[in-house]
Amino acid sequence: MTKFNAWNVIKNGLNGQSYWTRQWRDPEPKSIYDVVIIGGGLHGLATAYYLAKNHNIKNVAVLEKGWIGGGNAGRNTTIVRSNYMMPGNHEFYEHSLKLWENLSHELNYNVMFSQRAHVSLFHSPGAKDSVSRIYNIMRLHGTDAELWDLKTLMKKIPHLNYHNSRFPILGAAVQKRAGNARHDAVAWGYARAADTLGVDILQNCEVTGFTRKNGNIESIQTSRGIIKGKKIGFAVAGNTSVLWQMAELGNLPIESHKLQAFVSEAVKPLLDQVVVYGVGGAHFYISQSDKGSMVFGGDLDWYKSYAQRGNLPMVQDVAEAAMAIFPSLGRIRLLRHWAGVMDMTMDGSFFICKTPISNLYLNAGWNYGGFKASPASGWYFADLISNESPHNYVQNHNLERFEKGINIDERGAGPDPKLHG
Amino acid sequence: MIRINCPYCGERDHSEFSYGGDATINYPSLDASEKEWTQAIFFRKNIKGFQFETWHHSNGCRMWLVVERSTVTHEIKSVKPCHPDLQKVVENNK
Repeated sequence: MTKFNAWNVIKNGLNGQSYWTRQWRDPEPKSIYDVVIIGGGLHGLATAYYLAKNHNIKNVAVLEKGWIGGGNAGRNTTIVRSNYMMPGNHEFYEHSLKLWENLSHELNYNVMFSQRAHVSLFHSPGAKDSVSRIYNIMRLHGTDAELWDLKTLMKKIPHLNYHNSRFPILGAAVQKRAGNARHDAVAWGYARAADTLGVDILQNCEVTGFTRKNGNIESIQTSRGIIKGKKIGFAVAGNTSVLWQMAELGNLPIESHKLQAFVSEAVKPLLDQVVVYGVGGAHFYISQSDKGSMVFGGDLDWYKSYAQRGNLPMVQDVAEAAMAIFPSLGRIRLLRHWAGVMDMTMDGSFFICKTPISNLYLNAGWNYGGFKASPASGWYFADLISNESPHNYVQNHNLERFEKGINIDERGAGPDPKLHG
Repeated sequence: MIRINCPYCGERDHSEFSYGGDATINYPSLDASEKEWTQAIFFRKNIKGFQFETWHHSNGCRMWLVVERSTVTHEIKSVKPCHPDLQKVVENNK
C-alpha cells in the first residue's frame, strides 16, 4: 500500500499516476481466524483496525455481504457530535469526537473531518431550559458546549426564517467542535488501514448460518465457504436481529426502522454549520457538503421495515420542515434520496457487550447515531473482544440493563423504538 | 406509500394511520417474574418478512387494526380489527 504524502503525490503526478497500489487486498478466506467480525461497515472495519492496532490481534477477518461502504456507511448524513448527557454515553461520544479529530492522521487518509459547529435551534423557553441542562452537563464533563443568543445566531446564520410566529427562533445550543466528515472516506480509510495491519477484508461474503459446538459458535457458513473464528463479533446494525436469530439466540430489544436522507443539487456556499431544527413533531437536520450539495434528513418512516427505500409522506414532511426554517431552499432540486435500516433500540442507546454464547460479542443498536460513533465503537468493541470485559464507559451498554432498570434513555421516551430519534 | 384497507373506511393511504407495533406480544400475568415482564416489554422478534402489527386509523375511524404486512416488500396480506369480537362483527357483516 502506497502511503499518501506530499512526496508520493508529486512522484505519481510526474509518472501519470501509475505507481499507486490498490487500497486493500482481495484475499481468499483463510480457514481460521483469531477474530471474525461480521459486518464490513464503519463499526466492523474500525473494530478490526483497533484490534490490530491497540491489541496486536492481526489474524482478523471482516465479512461483508456486499461491498465496503455500500450499507449504512454510505447512507447517513455524516454528522459528528458528542452532545449526550447520560453517564456512559457522554464519555463514549466525547472519546469518539477526540478520535475523529485525529482520524485523518491516524489512518493516513483524508476523511475530510470538518469541525464546522453543530447548531441546534430552540423555539421556546422550555426548550431552552431543557437544552441548557444537557449542555451544562456536557461542560461539566469537559465537552465544549455553548448557547448562542438570537443576535449571535442571526449574525452567524442570517438566512434562517426568523419570522416564524408559531415557532420563533430564540437561540441555539451549539457544539463548535462538532461537524461532519466524508462517509466514504471513513470506510475506505479504515479498510485500508486495517488491511495494512494484516486484516483480511472479505467482500461479497454473506453469512448464511452458524455451527454450534459446546455452547460456542464453532464455524460460520458463508457464501465464500466455511470460516472459523476463535472469537466472533456482530457489527451488522440494521440486520442484527436476523443474525441473532440465525444463532438461535431469541429476541433482542431492537426493531429495524428505516431513516431517509436527501441530497440536493450543488449550490454555492450557503451554510457553514450543521443546523438542527426540531419542533412540533418535526425533526430536520441540514448541512452543506464540500461539493455544494445540501445534505439533509428528518425522522424515521414510523413503521418497522427492512426495505432500504423511503416513503413519500416523509419526503413531504422533511420538505415542509426545510421550507419552515430555510425558505431560501424553495427552488432547489433534489438529486437523490435513500433510506438506511436502523437498529432502533428500546431506550435509544447502543449495545457493546458479551452475549449468551461465550465466544460471541455484540455491537449493535446505533439508532440514528451510528456514523459519529464509529471510531469509539471500534475502539471499545475491540477492547471488549480482546480483554473479555467491558470498559467502564460501556459497562451498562448491555442486554441486561432493561431487566435491571438502568435504561440509558437520553430522550426519556420509553420502550418504543421508533420514538428514539 | 402503503395502502391499508381499513375494514370500516375502505382503502386509505398509510399517512392516515399511526403505527403501533408488534401485535403478537402476550403480556404475562401481574405476578409473573421480572424476566417474563422484561421479555414482554423490551424484547422483540423483529421479523424480516410477514408480521402481525397494530395500526391506529388516527385520521379516520380511530379504530385499532391488526395488519399482516411484509417488513421487506411492505405488501399487506390482511387487515382486521384488533378486538376479536369486532373481528366477528366485521366478518358477519360481509
